[in-house]
Amino acid sequence: MVEKKKSGYWLTHLGLILGILFIFFPVWLTFVASTVTQDAIIQPPLPVIPGGEFFENYANALFRGAPEGYGARVPVMQMMINSAIMAIGITVGKIVISLLSAFAFVYFRFPFRNLCFWLIFITLMLPVEVRIVPTYEVVANLNLLNSYTGLIFPLIASATATFLFRQFFMTIPDEMVEAARMDGCSPMRFFIDILVPISKTNIAALFVILFIFGWNQYLWPLLMTTDPDMQTIVMAIDSMIPTGDDFAHWPTIMATAMLAMVPPVIIVVSMQKFFVKGLLESDK
Amino acid sequence: MEKRVFFKGWLLPVMLVAPQLIISFIFFFYPSGQAIWNSLFLPDPFGLKTEFVGLDNFRFLLSDPYYLASFKTTIIFSTAVSVSSMAIGLYLAALADRLIKGAGVYQTLLIWPYAIAPAIAGVLWLFMFNGNIGLASYYLKALGYEWNHTLNGDQAMFLVILASSWGRISYNFLFFLAGLQAIPKSIIEAAAIDGASFWKRFGTIVIPLLSPITFFLLVVNIVYAFFDTFGVIHTITSGGPEQSTTILVYKVFSDGFVSQDLGSSAAQSVILLVLVGILTVIQFKYIERKVHY
Repeated sequence: MVEKKKSGYWLTHLGLILGILFIFFPVWLTFVASTVTQDAIIQPPLPVIPGGEFFENYANALFRGAPEGYGARVPVMQMMINSAIMAIGITVGKIVISLLSAFAFVYFRFPFRNLCFWLIFITLMLPVEVRIVPTYEVVANLNLLNSYTGLIFPLIASATATFLFRQFFMTIPDEMVEAARMDGCSPMRFFIDILVPISKTNIAALFVILFIFGWNQYLWPLLMTTDPDMQTIVMAIDSMIPTGDDFAHWPTIMATAMLAMVPPVIIVVSMQKFFVKGLLESDK
Repeated sequence: MEKRVFFKGWLLPVMLVAPQLIISFIFFFYPSGQAIWNSLFLPDPFGLKTEFVGLDNFRFLLSDPYYLASFKTTIIFSTAVSVSSMAIGLYLAALADRLIKGAGVYQTLLIWPYAIAPAIAGVLWLFMFNGNIGLASYYLKALGYEWNHTLNGDQAMFLVILASSWGRISYNFLFFLAGLQAIPKSIIEAAAIDGASFWKRFGTIVIPLLSPITFFLLVVNIVYAFFDTFGVIHTITSGGPEQSTTILVYKVFSDGFVSQDLGSSAAQSVILLVLVGILTVIQFKYIERKVHY
């Protein structure tokens, strides 16, 4: 701030706090709804202060599903495990194949290098939603429906991580390779002992971005999984919401929504520094 | 940009790029090619045989009032989502940038919604505007305004725009804040000494210096509104009422999986492929420039 005027200072804080309230309010309301009884919700207006049913509702959501009489009883514990496996699978898979191919592109000259580079470049930014029907057929023909492999692999085919690592490897001084070669270091040795360790912060940054990307996948698991044991929490919440005037146990649904939000939010907040770096540099 | 020192050999690097290439071929190139191929055929209703129809699927689409309506819906929707979330993001970033202390705390409090899945954001807003129990619809009713987004197309559109923009503010905030913090303070101070007011400085110095990042964000946000908002629309409206919130990617899904109209769905995929291709080229031009600076 250039000038120092008191009124402007307080207005700045006020504006930011209003923005934060707008962002927090829907989540707060969801939290409140996950801590009260069904009766408190279906008689509007909804309370804005949490009730005393926190443990009851979350235990229901996690291990038992909605109480008797409110449709299918699906506990979400298994779904959270599935979401975690899918998110970590996508994250690790993407980072590993990208590190390997970026290493090849930057440190080697090989036949069709430019062609390979362009083939990978084309996959940049084209989301799975665009080619959803034929991708589904491929996965169905490979007998990968309702499997973790089928959930994970189609989402690994993207080039953003490869480009990020390539950019980073370009900034590493040539002397590093020269020194390594002089000491008789093999390429893979150089990769494992030098390149991967100095890429630590980039790997952490990508980890945050890709974990969120993986955890929040919606359309792909929705099509892929017909077996309730393979569903992920983000996609399953849609089937819990009533259509029309059906009865729904709102406290359980809202507890499920909270459970679907908490893991990625914890990762963003606890790894904020890496998250900001990853977002600003990889933009996807 | 190129390295001058390399390792020798060609077998090892080929093996290193192989995993990514193989996955790209199986799950990217083959399905994309398949989409292009299918778009030239018309399967009979029983799926027993397909007939080559050339570009008829495209011709039919471009004269289909539902498809053109979906195009228009997509343009309105993505413009509204991009502009509103960028405006709020810039506003909050400009405020946070004014603070000497505490900007970090505000940053933490503003960026976490990035982690919320669009489908979950949809559920939160659906709950607030639910006709029977929602807090927002309850108070709107008390004010004499009848809210029913399951019947009223404009209200449905408003709700999906609201839910989609809400989750996107943090992304735009973060990029604008980084852009603002990169502007040298000495330029701003020089203008202030010359007597330029805050708004004058904002309009004549800050906005022009932010224009590359604004352009970049516009492209990225349009791509987000085109594809990533699928979850919001599926949870809140399922494209309804009467297709009033059916954006293009939702139509690919509903024609391909719900109505099983594979030829048309494939043709729609191809059109989307072309649109994203154009956006990618535009964005790459931007990245290239940023790298060379």
